Amino acid sequence: MKICVLVKEVPDAAVQKRIDPGTMRLDRGGEKNLNPFDTHALEAAMQIREGGVIPVEEIVAVTMGPESAYRALTKAVSLGADRSVHLSDGALAGSDVCATGYSLAKVLESESPDLVLLGQQSDDGECYTIGAVVADHLQMPSLTQVIKIDVSEGKLRCERQAEYGYDTVEVELPAVISVGDAINEPRYPSLKAIMGAKKKPKDEKSIGDVGIDAGMVGADGSKTTVIALNPPPPKEAGEIIEDEDTNETVEKIVAWLDERKLI
Amino acid sequence: MAGILVYALHDDEGNFNKNSLGAISEAAKLAGEVGGDAAALVVGDIADDACASLGNYGAAKVYRAKSVPEGLAQPIVDAMAKVIQDNGLSYALFGGGLLGFEIGAGLTARLNAGVTMEVTAVKVQDGKLVAERPILQDSQIADVGYVGEPGIIISRLNAFDAKESGGSAEVIDIEVELSAWSTKATMVQRGEQRGADVNIEDADILVGGGRGLGAAEGFKMCEELADSMGGAVAATRAVVDAGWYPYAAQIGQTGKTVAPKLYLAAGVSGAIQHKVGMQNSENILAINKDPNAPIFEFSDLGVVGDLHKIVPKLTEAIKAKKGG
Ligand SMILES: Cc1cc2nc3c(=O)[nH]c(=O)nc-3n(C[C@H](O)[C@H](O)[C@H](O)COP(=O)(O)OP(=O)(O)OC[C@H]3O[C@@H](n4cnc5c(N)ncnc54)[C@H](O)[C@@H]3O)c2cc1C
Ligand SMILES: Cc1cc2nc3c(=O)[nH]c(=O)nc-3n(C[C@H](O)[C@H](O)[C@H](O)COP(=O)(O)OP(=O)(O)OC[C@H]3O[C@@H](n4cnc5c(N)ncnc54)[C@H](O)[C@@H]3O)c2cc1C
Repeated sequence: MKICVLVKEVPDAAVQKRIDPGTMRLDRGGEKNLNPFDTHALEAAMQIREGGVIPVEEIVAVTMGPESAYRALTKAVSLGADRSVHLSDGALAGSDVCATGYSLAKVLESESPDLVLLGQQSDDGECYTIGAVVADHLQMPSLTQVIKIDVSEGKLRCERQAEYGYDTVEVELPAVISVGDAINEPRYPSLKAIMGAKKKPKDEKSIGDVGIDAGMVGADGSKTTVIALNPPPPKEAGEIIEDEDTNETVEKIVAWLDERKLI
Repeated sequence: MAGILVYALHDDEGNFNKNSLGAISEAAKLAGEVGGDAAALVVGDIADDACASLGNYGAAKVYRAKSVPEGLAQPIVDAMAKVIQDNGLSYALFGGGLLGFEIGAGLTARLNAGVTMEVTAVKVQDGKLVAERPILQDSQIADVGYVGEPGIIISRLNAFDAKESGGSAEVIDIEVELSAWSTKATMVQRGEQRGADVNIEDADILVGGGRGLGAAEGFKMCEELADSMGGAVAATRAVVDAGWYPYAAQIGQTGKTVAPKLYLAAGVSGAIQHKVGMQNSENILAINKDPNAPIFEFSDLGVVGDLHKIVPKLTEAIKAKKGG
């Protein structure tokens, strides 16, 4: 089977994320990294391949993003993907979930995967929704926040936590699955894999290459608009204690609890 | 007519979800302001009077799709898309949780509609709904509007209170033809309760343990601390998924909502999905070794340090104080 893994480039965890008040979009300056949640999706793909129940011919990393996003693909390839596809086009800038999901579905359509894996959320937009949007466009069954996948011929048995506890769901392939971060412990790339990653095949696609309707993407094709940005309601800052001498720290905590009649 | 459709999630016994009821009350309020009605969609074989009782929260109509199963998103996308299209409704509103995210996302694709999520409030501007959507770890709130109709609003857990207004809804049965791909996922087991059936909702003091405990054994430390104060122990999804602690003790978006006198978080980062289940605690005390952990943004007392050093000594000190 062929697995496509959706990966995204996001600001590094150490970067203080902010919205550019001019464009109302995320300031994408500063260090960037592969969305940490997507490494779990890549690892899940690798484990399905290594599990050997169903032969996996190919693992393809797919991203949509500006030119710089190729680095997320290089990282994905160093983590095990065989090749990558980069959808990049000026017309896509400012796409919302509706437009992004549609565009990713179009690229995926051109790959005809048996399984699409993605992360539980992106570290920047945190919209949690791309998987289900992509699935409906591809007319595939889907499930999000999956923490266990058992593969068998033509189907998956998945477990995930929902509102009332854990659900076990059988999903026929082809399917779109977003994985929760508890599904696995992603491996570190080997030095050899890092060195070799740049040599793996990489396809560049523009919107025309995959039949994306320019009117449905980008800021103009999006269905949501950010009207204003406001600060959250002010909240009294809490007290902070740095633990240097633990006996002293504990004394302060006990006094704090005592003052509030909690002990 | 600017109607608003709410998905009324229910458990296997047919009890409606509190967050869905809150969404119905909010939809009724908003519909009044934009000049329309609130309607609810119920799937499965739920009795007439149970469906009609959603009128008590503000639903004018309840669309019931008896043959559509509860619990998986895609068949419900088919049902909601049909109701929205057949009746020319303008918005769909979901209470917080998980299924609402999946159904709302599916509708986005199906109806080429805008979507907002984690919404904490909705206001009316120029006769249209505008969603207040906190972003970037709640450091800012974006006011998001919709281009065209319908607009999909997925709210944050506990964003809207259920308000009983009296009244009964008209129940309308609908036939839904499922999409081919909607029948390709089947529920094998729903709502399995993993781990012991512990009670955290009645405790005045809760010690919440997270991934920072390092291993399942770390919970012993939390239990001893909780015992010293006469409290109970709660957990994050990360550690419940890892099998370190029972699901019944989980706080957050897909767990319990609590508001104890004291919530003491040990090794909990304070992710939004956890915060939504405990932010109304009277006092929040967090122990975390990372000074930038989001939990310090909403703690009354933040202790930056290693919980393995602090928690055992704190337990001893509290015991000593109580004994002396
Ligand atoms: C702070 C902020 C708030 C936003 N709020 C909204 C909003 O309310 N409504 C709205 O419509 N849009 C919103 N957007 C825009 C939205 O984030 C983008 O359209 C984004 O590309 C998709 O959302 P996500 O990355 O948050 O998706 P999520 O659903 O959180 O991502 C899940 C997974 O999808 C995959 N994925 C996501 N994007 C890509 C990509 N470009 N290429 C490959 N794989 C990908 C990854 O595997 C990821 O782990 C917001 C953006 C920001 C920065
Ligand atoms: C749809 C959805 C639903 C979700 N529902 C829920 C939910 O219901 N409940 C929930 O809790 N989460 C939920 N989550 C998951 C949530 O996003 C977080 O991943 C989760 O809450 C993190 O748990 P944690 O704080 O234990 O782990 P982490 O985020 O890994 O945090 C561990 C913390 O421990 C600290 N630490 C490590 N070692 C030490 C030490 N020695 N001493 C002190 N501190 C230490 C670290 O600095 C870190 O801040 C949901 C996510 C999604 C996408």
